[in-house]
Amino acid sequence: MKRLLVLSTALTCFAVAASAQEVNVVSWGGAYEKSQVEAYNKPFTEETGITVNMIAADDPATPLKAQVEAGNVTGDVFDLAMADAIRLCDEGALMEFDPATLNPGADGSPAEEDFVDGSVTDCAVGNIVWGTAIGFDTTKFPDGAPATAADFFDVQKFPGKRGLPKSPKRTLYLALIADGVPAADVYDVLSTPEGVDRAFAKLDTIKNDVVWWEAGAQPMQLLADGEVSMTTAYNGRLFDAMVGEGKPFGVIWDAQYLEINAFVIPKDAPHPEEALKYVNFATDTQRLADQAKYIAYGPARVSSAGLVGLYQDGKTEMAPHMPTSEDAMKTAVIDDPEFWADRDAELSERFNSWLAGN
Amino acid sequence: MANALDPHAAIATVATGETDGTLRTADGKPLARALARSQTRARRRAFLLVLPLLAFIMLTFVVPIGQMLQRSFYNDGFSAHMPQLSQWFADHPRGTDPDDAAWAALAADLSAAAEARTIGIVGTRINYDVPGTRSLFTSTGRKARGGIEPPYREALLEMNDDWASPRLWSAMREASTPLTTNFYLASLDRTRNDAGEIVQVQERQRVYVMLFMRTFWLSLLITALTFILGFPIAHLLATLPMRRSNLLMILVLLPFWTSLLVRTTSWMVLLQQQGVINDILVWLGLIGNGQRLQMIYNQTGTIIAMTHILLPFMILPLYSVMRTINPSYVRAARSLGATSWTAFRRVYFPQTLPGLGAGALLVFILAVGYYITPALVGGSSGQLISNMIAMHMTDTLNWSMAAALASLLLAAVLILYWLYDRLVGIDNLKLG
Amino acid sequence: MAVPTYASPLERAWHYAYLVICGLIFFFLIAPIVVIIPLSFNAEPYFTFTDRMLEFDPDGYSMRWYDSLLTFGMQRPDAPRDLGWWADAWANAKWVNAAKNSIIIGFFSTILATALGTLAALGLSRPEMPFRRAIMAILISPMIVPLIITATGMFFFYSNPCSVLGWVGLPSNCGRLAGTYVGVILAHATLGIPFVIITVTATLVGFDQSLNRAAASLGANPRTTFFRITMPLILPGVISGALFAFVTSFDEVVAVLFIAGPDQQTIPRQMWNGIREQISPAILAVATLLVVFSIALLTTVELLRRRSERIRGVTPH
Repeated sequence: MKRLLVLSTALTCFAVAASAQEVNVVSWGGAYEKSQVEAYNKPFTEETGITVNMIAADDPATPLKAQVEAGNVTGDVFDLAMADAIRLCDEGALMEFDPATLNPGADGSPAEEDFVDGSVTDCAVGNIVWGTAIGFDTTKFPDGAPATAADFFDVQKFPGKRGLPKSPKRTLYLALIADGVPAADVYDVLSTPEGVDRAFAKLDTIKNDVVWWEAGAQPMQLLADGEVSMTTAYNGRLFDAMVGEGKPFGVIWDAQYLEINAFVIPKDAPHPEEALKYVNFATDTQRLADQAKYIAYGPARVSSAGLVGLYQDGKTEMAPHMPTSEDAMKTAVIDDPEFWADRDAELSERFNSWLAGN
Repeated sequence: MANALDPHAAIATVATGETDGTLRTADGKPLARALARSQTRARRRAFLLVLPLLAFIMLTFVVPIGQMLQRSFYNDGFSAHMPQLSQWFADHPRGTDPDDAAWAALAADLSAAAEARTIGIVGTRINYDVPGTRSLFTSTGRKARGGIEPPYREALLEMNDDWASPRLWSAMREASTPLTTNFYLASLDRTRNDAGEIVQVQERQRVYVMLFMRTFWLSLLITALTFILGFPIAHLLATLPMRRSNLLMILVLLPFWTSLLVRTTSWMVLLQQQGVINDILVWLGLIGNGQRLQMIYNQTGTIIAMTHILLPFMILPLYSVMRTINPSYVRAARSLGATSWTAFRRVYFPQTLPGLGAGALLVFILAVGYYITPALVGGSSGQLISNMIAMHMTDTLNWSMAAALASLLLAAVLILYWLYDRLVGIDNLKLG
Repeated sequence: MAVPTYASPLERAWHYAYLVICGLIFFFLIAPIVVIIPLSFNAEPYFTFTDRMLEFDPDGYSMRWYDSLLTFGMQRPDAPRDLGWWADAWANAKWVNAAKNSIIIGFFSTILATALGTLAALGLSRPEMPFRRAIMAILISPMIVPLIITATGMFFFYSNPCSVLGWVGLPSNCGRLAGTYVGVILAHATLGIPFVIITVTATLVGFDQSLNRAAASLGANPRTTFFRITMPLILPGVISGALFAFVTSFDEVVAVLFIAGPDQQTIPRQMWNGIREQISPAILAVATLLVVFSIALLTTVELLRRRSERIRGVTPH
């Protein structure tokens, strides 16, 4: 014990001594973290000499809130869902910065115009745009593949179980669109009690055919096992299965749910200057485009789209697999952080109550 | 070897030669006092043995948890950042309609909170009680950053007419003191109406009470199942010769070393409709390909996986108690004419009760707190109360609500522990 | 466990039925572990028995997940596998470091939990112990509170453990425990203690206190009495308590998530890493290795025990 104590104290001191040239980035782990290491961290360290420490969290928002409230902030940069970034910004937990200091786009347009709508706020800079799309097993539908959200709800025509996540945020929109609501009106409808009833009524029609998943890793496993014939899944994971692993899966972009991830810097971050440098470097046009080489999530900058090249296998064009491609965007529902900050708790309670009933 | 600490030694000493009738120890002290003193000493010694651990737990657990659970009834998100309006509420009793002073206080507080970037905290606090109002605060805050011009009431209603809602004012009054019972009310599917009275929430919003019931019911069922499966195994292990039982013990310990995540995944592989067990049943011709059994992503799956995961927690305490049971008692009972069933029921089983008590306590309490396994294999019926606690900790970031749910869970388990003590008699089990 | 000679035919029949039932329960215990072993050699990144695996096609199997345990996190995974490569793996591979951390943290937290827990259980099982129920309830409470709450509470406390001193007016800042080995060890010890308490007190119920008095009356001091009389008799309970405590630490992820820094990543933490994207079959490879390792360990212990029995001339019964 004692030796360990001495050892850990020594380690801590060492870390403090070396801290002048490092930045701690808290991200989501797994393949996503790997893509950030390759596209952002390696060139960043090469250019600036600053070491990047990656720390994985289940959802970086929880440790961020805990660290700020405990007054013990150890992370410098956090990768958050935009909804959490906005919420924590309004609560004064994050450092504010001027969007004008960000690198301009490749075509010279100022950063504020170059970023996708809603991806730059007072405290957050977007890095990726990712979608929740429908994936299906092509071998299960030899007579014609499903193509729309309505097909997802049609178990007569397209037999087999369906995979859906256990969350109101990623199910209600799909039910509404399948019921004929235009993608642009989803939040207006969902703001009314009748709209919520309508979404649940539509979900009722397939309730007995749904396998509910919890972790993002589950849907592809369910699809690979043949346990479900269609499921919603994160588009990057779907791409991995289709292209990386050669599985006979197809993707339906109709009614995909688009969300933005963003970098934020907490107040009292231990290395604020390095953190700013890192955020600025990583959200540069070229870096964002480079990331698409390792994972199929879209860059948050418009000017990056043109620079997106081949997948790491060297032959697959990434552009059509991006959730931000023109085709995929036609009926996309874009996440509304304000709506969910207001309604998440209420709808989660209703959703869980509905889930438990028969 | 007179041992002054031992009450029996004191009793053994015979009082001699005294005439006043009180019993005395060998060194002439009154026996009653000597006994009391030695008992005090014994109590102190027992307490000293427990003290290091008690201090450790107090410091590393009770204090941190206390700080955390305090959030369930203490939330100054509104009162600390809206001081003027809170003061107005304190000065005016419930039922007073907001006057000009109230609107002025609201406007001043909103501008100040918007400047200080704390408006989100205020809005979040009110949103807990009146869903949908967080954006009311943040959007008004954005417009109010430069200050609001009088007349305040009209100015605010101009920005958003929801500011006149009586329910909102009722909720702000509730939140104007940091102490609140609202999170506990919400945890019991209760809320306050516009007049501040406690009412049940709409039926379709009720979820927590049902989840508490389900959690306890499932835990009880799983405890019973682990007992039914664990008892024969523990008995076998305890009665076999050491060399064979130790080898079989490996089979009990192996699942125990294996990560929860791995075992849960493994049950998915076994139980799902395209899984190993269904494949074998189809291959054997017991069921048709179209009639594959649904054994997972429902309550069955939760029960099977949790029973498997918690089984060693029943077997090991039972085993360590059964090892200490002297087999000659059962033999004596048999030689006195008891049938094997009677000998088991009247002689052997009662001696295993301490182990059973410990195992049941372990399994039940662990089952109440588990959520990862039910979340992954439980399907629509796999949500337990801990899932909601985790959701409020990580998704909605409503830590006050999580703390209230956790406090209720803790209280419920402690009440059950007390009942268990009353009914089964922990003194009989000597568990504590 | 032979059937006694006086057993009736019905009792014999029941005895064999009982053995069959036990066999089935053992099968239930072990089946999920057996399944993961072949799956850990799957060539595909899924937890599925593929058709190629069922046909015993060698292409359906691979060592890639075992390989990834070593190469993941290495500086130069593609270098030739000489001594330098292995040194790189030992120093940098994430799974190797996670294993080291799990063992260090598990070992120290188990020692702490078992020592404090056994001592307290001895006190608790004395009939004269005051406030027994209330204290017992406090001591087992770490088991009841959902981990996520405990972990967050501990994080706040460990961020500034001396805040408590502030209440009595002492300096209230003395560094932090969050992000250190000591912090994680203390947290895991706390979580393991209820298991030790419950199992050891249960074993002490059957313990005859007059044995201690006999030892004392024969001149043994309390320490000798404890180590020579009490300890050997309650050892099974202490061992199963320690086992519970170790496993609790070895499979704990929530407290690690909050309290551990980047230097204290453990095996379960590594397993849950990236579960948002994919559960890597590497976790099956880890599980298989642990199974093989623990079979080897337990068998060795058993063989050593038999050997010492033979040497001491104790007849195995």
